[in-house]
Amino acid sequence: MIYLELFLGFLRVGCFAFGGAYSAIPLIRDVVISAGWLTEDALTDMIAVSESTPGPIMINLATYVGSVKAGFLGSAVATFAVVFPSFVIILLVMVIFRRVMNNPYVEAVIEGLIPCVIGIISAVGGYMMLRCCFATGSDWAPDFKALFLTVFLAFLMFGSKPVFRRKMSPIMLILVSAVLGIVFY
Amino acid sequence: MKSSKLFELFITFTKIGLFTFGGGYAMLAIIENICVERKRWITPDEMARLTVVAESTPGPIAINCATYIGYRIAGLAGSVFATLGIVLPSFIIIFSISRFLDNFLEIEAVASAFKGIRLAIGVLIFEAAVKMMRKIKRNAVSVTILATSFLVMLAADLFAWNFSSVSLMLVAAFVSLLLFSFKKRSSGGAGQQ
Repeated sequence: MIYLELFLGFLRVGCFAFGGAYSAIPLIRDVVISAGWLTEDALTDMIAVSESTPGPIMINLATYVGSVKAGFLGSAVATFAVVFPSFVIILLVMVIFRRVMNNPYVEAVIEGLIPCVIGIISAVGGYMMLRCCFATGSDWAPDFKALFLTVFLAFLMFGSKPVFRRKMSPIMLILVSAVLGIVFY
Repeated sequence: MKSSKLFELFITFTKIGLFTFGGGYAMLAIIENICVERKRWITPDEMARLTVVAESTPGPIAINCATYIGYRIAGLAGSVFATLGIVLPSFIIIFSISRFLDNFLEIEAVASAFKGIRLAIGVLIFEAAVKMMRKIKRNAVSVTILATSFLVMLAADLFAWNFSSVSLMLVAAFVSLLLFSFKKRSSGGAGQQ
C-alpha cells in the first residue's frame, strides 16, 4: 500500500536526518531511489526545484514525491511523516530540558556547542558566497557580476543601519535580490 | 485572547515559511529578525540555545524552531499552529508545481530571479552567524572553538571532504565538557551530581 510505504519512508528521513537539508540529501536519495519512487534524474531536478522554492528542502521533497506517487493524500501523508519526528523530539527536549538545564555538565556541553554551531553556520554562509562569486575548482576565476551584486547585497544587509538608519530585513533582502536577478541575468 | 495568539503564531510562521529560500540556516536570519528582534518572543540567548538544539536533533531546522517557539508562546496548541504555519507555504507551492508545472526552472524570469536570490542566501546565513557571534560569552575557549569550527568546516566545503558537521559538534561538546571537569576538579569542588 503506497500510503503506508510513503509514510514509513519519510518517517525514516525525518528521524535520521541530522544537521540540515544538505546532509539529508543522501538519506533521501537512499529512500526515494531504493523504493523506486523517482529516477536519479528526476531526483536531481527536484533537488534544484526544492532549493529554489521557499521552505525546508526535506518538506519540499516529501510533498513532491508524495504528490507524484499518490496525489494530494500521498503528499499530505509524506509531509506529515517527515515533520512528525522533529515535532515530537523538540517537545520531548523542551519538557526534559527544563529539568536538565541546571545541571552544570549539560550547561558545559551547551556552552561548547554554541560557538561550534556558530562557526559551522558562518562557514556555510562564507562558502556559499565564495561559490557564487568564484568558479570553484582549480583556477578560481572570479565572476565579476556576481561579485559586484554580492558585495552590494552584503552592503545592504550590514551597512544599511549606520548609513540609512534603517535596518534591512532578511525578507526585504530576498525581494531585492530577486529583482536584481531578473534585471542582471 | 488565547486564540488570537495562536492565529498570530500561525500567520507569523507562514510568512517565515514563505520567505525561506536555501534551507534552514538562511531561515535562522529570518526567525532571529522576527521572533527575537521584533516580537521579542524569545531572548537572543534562547535563540543561541535553540540553534544548538535544532542542530543536534534530527529533522528540518525550520520545524524544530517553529515547534520550540510555538510551545514557548502558547503550549502544545502553539507548537501545532506554528509548525502547520511553517509547513503550509512549501506544501502548497510544491504541490502546485508537481501538478501544474513540468519545467518550473525553465521559465526565464524564475530562473534569473533565483540566480539573484542565490547570492542573497550566503549573505543572509553569514549575517545570522555574525549576529549570534556578537551575543555569546566571549572567552578563550569559546573563541577557539568558534574559529576552529569555522576553519575546519570551510576547508571541508572548499576541498569537498566527506565530513559531517555532527562530528565537529561531538568534538566541541567533548572538549568543553573535559575543560569543565578539569576546572571543577582543580577548584577543589568534588561535587558530583
